[in-house]
Amino acid sequence: MSVKHAALVLTALAASAIVATGCGGDTKEVTGQSANASSAGGSGTALNGAGSTFQEPLVVKWSGDYGTTKGAGSINYQGVGSGAGIEQFTKKTVDFGGTDAPMKDEEIAAAQAAGGDVLHIPIALGAVVATYNLEGIDELKLDGPTLADIYEGTVTKWNDEAIADLNDGVKLPDTDIAVVHRTEESGTTFVFTGYLSAVDPEWADGPGQSKAPKWPVGTGGQGNDGVAAAVQQQQGAIGYTEISYALQNDLSFAQLKNEDGEFVQASLESTTAAGEGFDYPDDLRFSLLNSKTKGAYPIVSATWQLVWADGAKAGQDKATTAEIKNWLTWELTDGQDEAASLDYAPLPKDLLDKATAAVDSIQGD
Amino acid sequence: MVVLVVLGLMIWFTTMRSLPVVQATGASFVTSSDWLPSAGDLGTLSFVYGTLVTAAVAMLLAVPVAIGVALFLSEIAPKRLRTPLAYLIDLLAAVPSVVYGLWGVLVLVPFLGNHVWGPVSDHAGGFPLFEGPATGRSYATAGIVLAIMALPIITAITREVIATVPSAHREAALALGATRWEVIRLAVLPYAKSGITGAVMLGLGRAMGETIAVALVIGGSSTISASLFHPGYTMASVIANEFPEATGDHINALIGIGVLLFVLTLIINVGARLLVWRTARKLR
Amino acid sequence: MTDPIESLVRGGTITRGRRTRNHVATLWMVGSMLLALIPLVLVLSYVISKGVAFVSWDFLTQAEPFGFNERGGGFWNGIKGTIKMMALASVIAIPIGVASAVWLVEFGRGWFAGTVRFVVDVMTGVPSVFVGVFVYSFVVLNTGHFSTWSGSVALALLMLPIIVKGCESVLLLVPDHLREASLALGVPRWRSVLGVVLPTAAPGLVTAIMLAVARAAGETAPLLFTTFGSRVVTGWTSFNGPDSALPLLIYRGARSAYAPAQERAWAGALVLIAMILILTIAARLITVRKGKVQA
Repeated sequence: MSVKHAALVLTALAASAIVATGCGGDTKEVTGQSANASSAGGSGTALNGAGSTFQEPLVVKWSGDYGTTKGAGSINYQGVGSGAGIEQFTKKTVDFGGTDAPMKDEEIAAAQAAGGDVLHIPIALGAVVATYNLEGIDELKLDGPTLADIYEGTVTKWNDEAIADLNDGVKLPDTDIAVVHRTEESGTTFVFTGYLSAVDPEWADGPGQSKAPKWPVGTGGQGNDGVAAAVQQQQGAIGYTEISYALQNDLSFAQLKNEDGEFVQASLESTTAAGEGFDYPDDLRFSLLNSKTKGAYPIVSATWQLVWADGAKAGQDKATTAEIKNWLTWELTDGQDEAASLDYAPLPKDLLDKATAAVDSIQGD
Repeated sequence: MVVLVVLGLMIWFTTMRSLPVVQATGASFVTSSDWLPSAGDLGTLSFVYGTLVTAAVAMLLAVPVAIGVALFLSEIAPKRLRTPLAYLIDLLAAVPSVVYGLWGVLVLVPFLGNHVWGPVSDHAGGFPLFEGPATGRSYATAGIVLAIMALPIITAITREVIATVPSAHREAALALGATRWEVIRLAVLPYAKSGITGAVMLGLGRAMGETIAVALVIGGSSTISASLFHPGYTMASVIANEFPEATGDHINALIGIGVLLFVLTLIINVGARLLVWRTARKLR
Repeated sequence: MTDPIESLVRGGTITRGRRTRNHVATLWMVGSMLLALIPLVLVLSYVISKGVAFVSWDFLTQAEPFGFNERGGGFWNGIKGTIKMMALASVIAIPIGVASAVWLVEFGRGWFAGTVRFVVDVMTGVPSVFVGVFVYSFVVLNTGHFSTWSGSVALALLMLPIIVKGCESVLLLVPDHLREASLALGVPRWRSVLGVVLPTAAPGLVTAIMLAVARAAGETAPLLFTTFGSRVVTGWTSFNGPDSALPLLIYRGARSAYAPAQERAWAGALVLIAMILILTIAARLITVRKGKVQA
């Protein structure tokens, strides 16, 4: 009987193998977000999003609150990094993507071929801070070139002259600097390396601005959370994260010299300041790095959600498109009121107006 | 019979998925350490290197201890203690790797990184193996965690092998007035030698294939560094870390790393099993 | 250097050198034993002390909260996912595993059985991450999405060789005279296997199976590529969507900088170890009882 049994299983396996090879070759890409709509709770339509971890704490908390509002569906957001967010959105395995690096022209072209025009909807502003772990040192000043040298591996000790010159009266230890960066394609990295490229020609010519540059030195962390954890666990470490990760995990972060030559502590105010007096383009792709505004923190970025301009064209059903509009509208209204309590800066008025108009323009619901 | 088919399917499917990428990359898939999937650079040398280094550290630490434990349990421990102590060692194997990883990253990494590796590195005076900056997440920490995980396997198989040594050999040595150590050295070890080698290789296979615990403590860096205190990646851990975020060729390259790892561990496992089997058969 | 055996024979008395060597060797063996127990004690004491502090009823019955920095909530989504997956994996792996073991013991002769036995041995050493990668390319890519059942397939593949090996050694213990008695009565081979061999070996088989289940319950790596994880609690009968698992949630917590996430990971580790230990101890008790009955 066991032989018979084995033979049966064998046949079944062989058959499935044939079927599988038959349709194998170029099977579709997969993500965790597809096909689980039925399992999620909520009364309305379920939406799946993926991407940036910069916005993950905000979006996940929002999704909990949004879920309790009347008639709303459930939102399932996975923080996988901005690179994967853009990719999954383009491949339509998620309903919306999350990114802190606006899509490049060639990425937009690829998306247009897949589902028509893409809208960048900014949902909040955030600062990228240089977090460090040095016992007893709560205040540290850095400027762009020094930060670039640290990430290039040319400044390797905390008591290096370059750092000491910026920090009169601070007793810097003779410890090695342990550099921490991201491992995956990240919008936070894109913003951070954009800053390094702008202030340091050597960085611009070397690793440059990228979602995933070739790092000269350092340990990799997964997501903003992973970088924060790596800094937290290692004395002498330096890393970069969205400010909410630093604040909520009690990590110290350095004041950075801005365009005016003043040292600025990242905060809600200095982040908001960076977004003021800026002429936002109509496609809502922009960079807030090195703002000229007084008191502005230099590494500030918006974080965007990516949606199709015309849901029908992209093959979305009406209910999904309507739900996307509903969710984005909620983010730009009720969500904005809550952003500050989660350490993100709400959008400035003129940007909010443009974003709202963009959401209203979505077709296919 | 099913198992044969399954093994065949395993090799077939993963190879088919990854072959195009590996072919397109050519020899540099294993000879280059340039890993930047977003730019199409898919050299995996640094992962192979990390796998070998961490496994070597693990074996260096685990083998003497594991064999010592096995000999203690089968030769000199009081009869009453043998079973409970053996259970405790088995318990070491029953703890899931994610729990070792959790303990490793939240307890071991901060402790070693902040209090041990740094001072060692400072006193080693620039010796390349211990060069700074020393970080808790490193080859060395991964090696320690792997040593803990490989130990129970080596011990268990070594005990099995030692148990097959005929008691006549021990008695003969004892009759000649040998000390306990001499019994072990003259009667036990020569007979069990190839079996113990097999046990060590099985431990090595386990160390090379271990994923989650390593992924948590090794840091994540695709550079090759001589220093044990620097972060790196192993083949298994890079798959686990990058898979969820990967797309396209990147994913197929990761599957390719999986195939490479599988082949490496397969060679080691087959060799080990042959050695263990031969010992058992020789004594039969 | 004289031949050691010769010197043994000639010497008779134990010289100081030999005694010292004996002491050093003894010290090494005893020291190894103590050294090996250190990590066990450290890991378990951390898991227990930290875990006990954060395990609660909520932990066992709720999913994680939405705020990253919020305490409370729990791993119910993962616990439920793990139970679902283990059940399905058992349904897949146990019949095949036991049948293979029976075949090996009762009918397996010659080079083919030898090869199967060898492959089973080798398969126990296949890295679990590779099994995950395989199921991803074989099941996930062909179905187009992550799912509970593809995770179950991965776990079943990991359990299979352990079950075969365990059951084989148990079946070998069944005395041949039982088989012969049954055959002598004119009972066909397959009926004597079903009617005599399997019932006799049943407690041992259960032990072997439970040990394999315990082993698979703690696996994380294969699930990363097959069930993916899910924030929501899925239904008991939902097998087609992404799902969570206890080890996955522990892994995510271990990677996090947020204290509440780390605390939940410790509590999860305690729950997972408790699950595995209960299975393991229960499995051993079954064999011990059987041993007594036979004695």
